[in-house]
Amino acid sequence: MKNVVILGAGTAGTMMSNHLAKRLNDEWNITIVDQRRIHHYQPGYLFIPFGTYTEEDIVKPIEKFIPERANFIQKPILKVDKDNDRVYLEDGEVLNYDVLVIATGTDIAPEEIDGMQGPHWHQSVFDFYTLDGAVKLHRALENFDGGHLVVNIAEMPIKCPVAPLEFTFLADAYFEQRGIRDKVKISFVTPMDGAFTKPIASAHLGHLLEDKGINVVPNFNIMSVDGEAKKITDYEGQEVDYDLLVAIPTNKGADYVERSGFGDDLNFIPTDKATLQSKVKENIFVIGDATNIPASKAGSVAHFEGEILLENVLRFIDGKKLKDEFDGHANCFIETGHGKALLIDFNYNHQPVTGTFPFPGVGPLNLLKESRMNHMGKMAFKWIYWNMLITGRHIPFVSPTMSEAGKNLEEEINA
Amino acid sequence: METTIAGKNIAVNDEGYLTDLNQWSREVAEAIAQEEGIQLTDDHMPVIEYLQEQYKNEVPLSIRKVGKSGVVDIKGFYALFPGGPLKKASRIAGIPKPASCI
Ligand SMILES: Cc1cc2nc3c(=O)[nH]c(=O)nc-3n(C[C@H](O)[C@H](O)[C@H](O)COP(=O)(O)OP(=O)(O)OC[C@H]3O[C@@H](n4cnc5c(N)ncnc54)[C@H](O)[C@@H]3O)c2cc1C
Repeated sequence: MKNVVILGAGTAGTMMSNHLAKRLNDEWNITIVDQRRIHHYQPGYLFIPFGTYTEEDIVKPIEKFIPERANFIQKPILKVDKDNDRVYLEDGEVLNYDVLVIATGTDIAPEEIDGMQGPHWHQSVFDFYTLDGAVKLHRALENFDGGHLVVNIAEMPIKCPVAPLEFTFLADAYFEQRGIRDKVKISFVTPMDGAFTKPIASAHLGHLLEDKGINVVPNFNIMSVDGEAKKITDYEGQEVDYDLLVAIPTNKGADYVERSGFGDDLNFIPTDKATLQSKVKENIFVIGDATNIPASKAGSVAHFEGEILLENVLRFIDGKKLKDEFDGHANCFIETGHGKALLIDFNYNHQPVTGTFPFPGVGPLNLLKESRMNHMGKMAFKWIYWNMLITGRHIPFVSPTMSEAGKNLEEEINA
Repeated sequence: METTIAGKNIAVNDEGYLTDLNQWSREVAEAIAQEEGIQLTDDHMPVIEYLQEQYKNEVPLSIRKVGKSGVVDIKGFYALFPGGPLKKASRIAGIPKPASCI
């Protein structure tokens, strides 16, 4: 018997276990490892602080989604011994593999920022990139009757790079609904030179911030948090005071990557951006947020990668040349509040432009433009996630590589 | 679009960032640096080369990442490129400014 071992049973790992179970012959054992018992629908974290979803709405047991022929091991990973094709789990169990698929994602690392994790963590300094953080932030927002809400991105890359902006828009709508918007100042503090950084998106969407009265503080590279004085300071000495800080700390890959000796300085794994084969060793493949490829870290990206990675694992086993077709395709809804959302669809070569999706000229979804239909798409994504995405089914009309039809790509010429 | 930098025709975007690193040269860098109010010295060069190397390997850059590079610490980076070091240094190095997906 031969062994394929999948590390991580989140979005990408669960999906790959289903893909592989359908296509690998009986010679193959499939093993999948995760420290958790529960699968989180992470896009739902965004809605928890505002009471739209509760914890129960976005969690399900991992095992429910793992195919019967795969063996699920709920244990933390200690390290990978790439030279001997072995994975060590924390309790000493050893797994031998012929092919390894790494899908251990990324998590926040608040300890990277001086002072962030002090006694004020989850008291007046929050995150919403973890379930725990999102639930605690919900309580804090309910008790917030006015003052300065600051949303800060520490550094790129982060997973779901649009989530901080969505949170900011939803906070604006939330306080308006509570009738206290005039008592709340909202600031978006970013290391980049604006809330929108791509020329076409800026041109079409820049007005949203002004319309919603959101204060943007650009070029702010956070150095430290002073929880006592409630202020953040950047490397140039610039300071921003807050009453409630919503932090998006540095995102890092899992610690075992460092122990295995093959990550970059943020524990992301060097990976070929077109084939998804690791640059570590030829029998190691990487998918989802764990890679260092220049694509967005998003569930939709993991989905598009999945169809190509499946093909490449099969080709690798058969000794054939790998398909170098992954184009960085990403497709993300962006909530803008008040029941509306935007949609962006882009890849390595094309920035988000306007147009219609998925049917050229028809839609029903609009690219780079606010609409109620887009918001319905965002809310429908939860059903698609549980029923199609992690179960490894093809989503009709949406191809793994980006379609140019229906997009106003001529907008890119001068941008 | 095209513009003239250091006597050469150079392709740049709306914000004056080079769109083709192959057109970069030390002279071009010096001219852009001057526009940014910086007098380019040999001390700037290892940092610029590091940024170009990262760009070629498609590594997303951040101030903290540069600070951990071993080429320059964060304080030194601000001292070499005061007022928005990553943005300015990227422009001088002929690579795109740090951006998000949107
Ligand atoms: C607030 C928020 C909003 C988002 N919104 C969207 C959205 O609207 N659309 C979208 O497409 N994407 C969205 N995303 C991003 C999306 O959730 C992720 O990109 C996706 O889940 C990545 O899948 P993954 O399998 O790579 O990682 P994950 O799903 O995070 O899975 C990694 C798994 O590895 C396990 N693991 C890690 N280390 C170890 C270890 N040492 N031992 C054992 N197990 C380990 C973890 O327990 C986890 O289960 C959002 C994310 C956040 C945080």
